[in-house]
Amino acid sequence: METKHITTPFGGDDKGSGKPRQQLSSGATLVNRYSIQDVIGVGGMGSVYRARDLHFPNVVKLVAVKEMINMAPDPLVRQTIVQNFEREANLLATLNHPSIPRIYDYFSHDDRSYLVLEFIHGKDLETVISDANGFLPEDQVISWAIQLCDVLAYLHSQKPDAIIFRDMKPSNVMINHNGDVMLVDFGIAKTFQTGQKGTMIGTEGYSPPEQYRGEATPLADIYSLGAALHHAITRRDPRLEPPFSFAERPIRRINQNVSVEFEAVVNTALQYNPGDRFPNAEAMKDALMNVARKTGALSKIAAALPAATTGTGIKPLWDFKCEDEIRGTPAVHQGTVYVGCYDNNLYAINAADGKFQWKYPSDGGIVSRPVVHDGNIYFCSEDQRLHVVSARTGKVVWTYYTEGKIYSSPRIADGHIFFGSEDQDLHAVNATSGRAAWKFSTDAPIHSTPLIYNELIYFGTESGSFYALDFRGTLKWRFSAKRSITSSPIIKGQAVYFASLDGTLYALDAKSGWAIWKFRLGKGTVSSPTLADDYIFIGASDGFIYCVDTRTAKEVWRFKTDNQVSSSPAVFKDSVYCGSVDNHMYCLEYRSGRLRWKFETKGSVTGSPVVFDDIVYFGSTDHHVYALFA
Amino acid sequence: MADFFKKLFGSKETPTKPKVIDNATTAPLSDQQISSIIASQLPKYEIKQLVAGVGQSVGKQRDHNEDSVMALTTTISGTPESVPFGLYIVADGMGGHQFGEVASNAAIRLVGGSITKKFHSFLYNMPSQQLQDSLQEVMEASIMEAHQYIQREAPGSGTTITAALVLGQQITIGHVGDSRAYAVYPDARIEPLTRDHSLVKRLEELGHLNSDEVDNFPHRNVLIKALGQGETLEADIFTIPFPQQGGTLMICSDGLWGVVNEKDIFRIISEAPNLHRACQQLVEAANAAGGPDNITVILAQLIG
Repeated sequence: METKHITTPFGGDDKGSGKPRQQLSSGATLVNRYSIQDVIGVGGMGSVYRARDLHFPNVVKLVAVKEMINMAPDPLVRQTIVQNFEREANLLATLNHPSIPRIYDYFSHDDRSYLVLEFIHGKDLETVISDANGFLPEDQVISWAIQLCDVLAYLHSQKPDAIIFRDMKPSNVMINHNGDVMLVDFGIAKTFQTGQKGTMIGTEGYSPPEQYRGEATPLADIYSLGAALHHAITRRDPRLEPPFSFAERPIRRINQNVSVEFEAVVNTALQYNPGDRFPNAEAMKDALMNVARKTGALSKIAAALPAATTGTGIKPLWDFKCEDEIRGTPAVHQGTVYVGCYDNNLYAINAADGKFQWKYPSDGGIVSRPVVHDGNIYFCSEDQRLHVVSARTGKVVWTYYTEGKIYSSPRIADGHIFFGSEDQDLHAVNATSGRAAWKFSTDAPIHSTPLIYNELIYFGTESGSFYALDFRGTLKWRFSAKRSITSSPIIKGQAVYFASLDGTLYALDAKSGWAIWKFRLGKGTVSSPTLADDYIFIGASDGFIYCVDTRTAKEVWRFKTDNQVSSSPAVFKDSVYCGSVDNHMYCLEYRSGRLRWKFETKGSVTGSPVVFDDIVYFGSTDHHVYALFA
Repeated sequence: MADFFKKLFGSKETPTKPKVIDNATTAPLSDQQISSIIASQLPKYEIKQLVAGVGQSVGKQRDHNEDSVMALTTTISGTPESVPFGLYIVADGMGGHQFGEVASNAAIRLVGGSITKKFHSFLYNMPSQQLQDSLQEVMEASIMEAHQYIQREAPGSGTTITAALVLGQQITIGHVGDSRAYAVYPDARIEPLTRDHSLVKRLEELGHLNSDEVDNFPHRNVLIKALGQGETLEADIFTIPFPQQGGTLMICSDGLWGVVNEKDIFRIISEAPNLHRACQQLVEAANAAGGPDNITVILAQLIG
C-alpha cells in the first residue's frame, strides 16, 4: 500500500530534518478516537499517519492524521505557531473541492498539533514519476494538469483573499486510486515555515523568481505548476538543476513524444516574467483543453490513464491464515468478516485488524457464503448440513440435514432459508424453527445459490435446468441451458441473468422465462454475474472478465487474466473486483476495463471478493484471507 | 385492521378527525386473521393485459402515405407460463427514393410476419420445447430478412423501422432510422428509447451542432442508416423492462415527433379517455400544426 511520503523537508534538504522525531507507534490512540495504524509519511514538522476513527466502531473508517511538532523554545512563538495552525485548519474546513482532501478534525496537545484529514489511497506524483518505466504518457499528464488548473482556479478565487498554494510540486500532488489528482499539504506547512527565519517559502526548483523576493501571487502557482509538469513530462527533477533553467532543457529535446502544443503551454507557464505567463489558472486550463482537443487526447483521457498502482506494490491491510484452502466468499457484518474454509471451520475475523475472534468447526469443507441474519450466521457445508451459529459467540444454534453435500449459499427471505443441495432438492427451511417448510425435487445436484425476488425463487442445476418457483414451492417456469448452471442468478429490470458451462450468459424474462438475449463467452463458466448501471460483469474459464451491456447484449470490454476466472466479480464505487486462478485479485475501472491494480496471492483465487467500506475481503487457496484497500 | 373492515363493508363518508378506537386489540393477530387480511389485499386481477391504440394520417401536405404500421396485441392467460405478447411496428418509407411505400410496407409485413411465425407455436399451439433463439436474435433475424428483401425487390428504396416486441415484462426493440420509441410516464417524463440514425443527430453527438443549429439544420431528413440501404446493416437491438407504474410505450414516425412537442404529447396521452382516442388526438395535433409529413403513432400499456 504505497501512499504519501514527503521526501523533501520544506526549506531545502540541507537541514537534515528528515529524521522522524518521536514518532507515534502503531496502536497508539489520539484523543481516545484515532487509533494509529501506520506511518505513511515523514515531513519536516512531524509525521503523517494512517489511523482508524474509533467513533465508527462497526466500520473501518480510515483517516490521515498529520502531526506538527512545535519545537520553538520561545513561548510567544510557540503560541503563534499553534494559532496559525488553527487558523489554517479553519480555512481548510471552508474549502470544498474534489481535489482537496476534506478536513475532519484538528487538535493540539502538549507541543504537538494534529490535523485529521481524508485518507487518500494512492501515490504522490513524484513517486509515480520515479516509478514509471520511461516517460508518462502526455495524455495522462495533460489530464492531471487540467485538474490541477481547476483546483488552483478554485483556490485563487477564494474570498476575501485568494489562497496561494505556494508549494505546487509533484510530491504535494497525490494521484488517488482512481487516477485523479488531490492536492495535499497546503497552507499549513507554509504557516509554520514563516516562523523560521531566512527560509524561502516553497521549494527550490519549483518556485518562481518573484517568490524569492517574498511575493506570492496566483501567477507564482502557475509557474510552479509549469515546473511540476516539466518534471512530470521530462523526468528531470528541477531541484537538481540550477534555478530558472527550464529554458535550457526544452521539453521536446528530452521527450520527443510530447506535442508542440503541450510544450508551448508549459513554456508559457514557466516564463520568468510573471506578466508573460497565463493571466490565471482558467486561461491555462483553457489552453490545455485546446491541446487536448487538438491532439485528440480529450477523448482518450479517461481511457488512457494506466493503472495507478500495478504489480506487487500493494500491501494488504491485513491477512489471516487458515489451515486449508479458501474457495468461498466472505461475508462482512458489523466489523466482523465471516468466512468458511476447507479446514472445515467457519472463521470470524475482526474486519479492522484481521484478529481472530472465533471459529466454528463443521464436518466438511465450507465453500458456501455465510449469511448474517438476526444475530446468527447461516452457512452450508460439505457435511451435508445447514449450520446456524451465533454471530457473537460462534456457538451452534441449530443445524439442518440434507442428503448431499452443500455448495449452494443460503438465502433468507420471508422467515425462510432457501438453498440447494447435492441431494437434488431445493430446500426451504423455517428460520426460527429450523424445520423444513418444503423441498422441491429436481433432476440434478444444485450448486447455484437461489435468487429470491418478488416472491419467486430462481436457481440453476447441474443438469442445465433453470427453475422459477413460487413461495409455496410450485413451479412457475423452467428453462434449459445446454450444460450445467452453477452460476448464481441475479435480477434487474424484470430480467434474470446467469451463465452456464455451455459458455453462454443468459438474460431471461423474470416472469415467463423467455430468453431475452444470449451472450457467447469464450468458454463455459461457474462465475456468477454482477450488475452496475447498464453493465453486467462475469468471469469465464477462458480467462477473461467480461463487461456486457444489459440492454443490447453487446460486449463493452473484456479483460484478460492468465488463467480461468471462476470467481464472481464484485462492484464497489466505479471499480470491479475479481479473482483469477492465475493467483491474482484484480481491480478494474468498470466502465473501461482498465486495470487499476492487481494483487498476487500464492494460490488461485476462486472465491469471490466482498467490498465493504472501501476494503476488499477475499480468500485464496493459499489458505489466507486478505483485506486490501479498495 | 380498520382499513380492512372498511374494505369489507365499504365506507361512504371519510372521517374528518381520527377515530379513537377504545377497544383496539393489540395482541398478535391469529393466523386466520392474517391470512384473511392477505387474501383481501391480493390483487383481484392477476392477469397482465396489454392494450394498444394506433393512429395514422397522410398529413396536410403530402399526397400519398409512405408510413406503414402494424399492431398486434395478444392476451393469453390461464397458466403460469402464459404472458402478454405484443408486436408494434412503425416504418417510414423514404420520400426521396422510389418505392418508399413499398419499402415501408414490406418492412412491417416481413418483420411482423417473421416474428409471429417464430412465436406462433408457442402462443397459439401447445409447445413441445422452448424457443431456441432469444428475443433479440428473433428480432435481428427478421430485420435482416426484410432488409435483404427490400434490396432485392425494391432497389433504391429505403425505410425506417422501429419495432417493439413485448413479451412478458420486456420490450425488445429493433430500430433503424429516425422513427422513435418513447416511454411516457405518468409523472410527465418522456424518455426516448431509441437514437435516431440521422445525419443531424450524428453531427449533434459529435459536437458539431449546438441545439439551435440542430433545430435549423437544413438536412434534417437525411438518414445515415435505413432498411434496404447499404450492403451491411446493423440495427440497434436492445431490451428494456416495460415502463412501470402505468407507463406508456409510444412508437411514432417523424410526422409526429418532429411536429408536436413533448409537453403536448404528454397532455394528450394523460387526458384522453383511452389509448385509441389518444392516438387520434395526437394525429389531429400534428395536422393542426401543419401536418407536413405522414403521421403514425402507436400507444401501448401493460395493465393489471
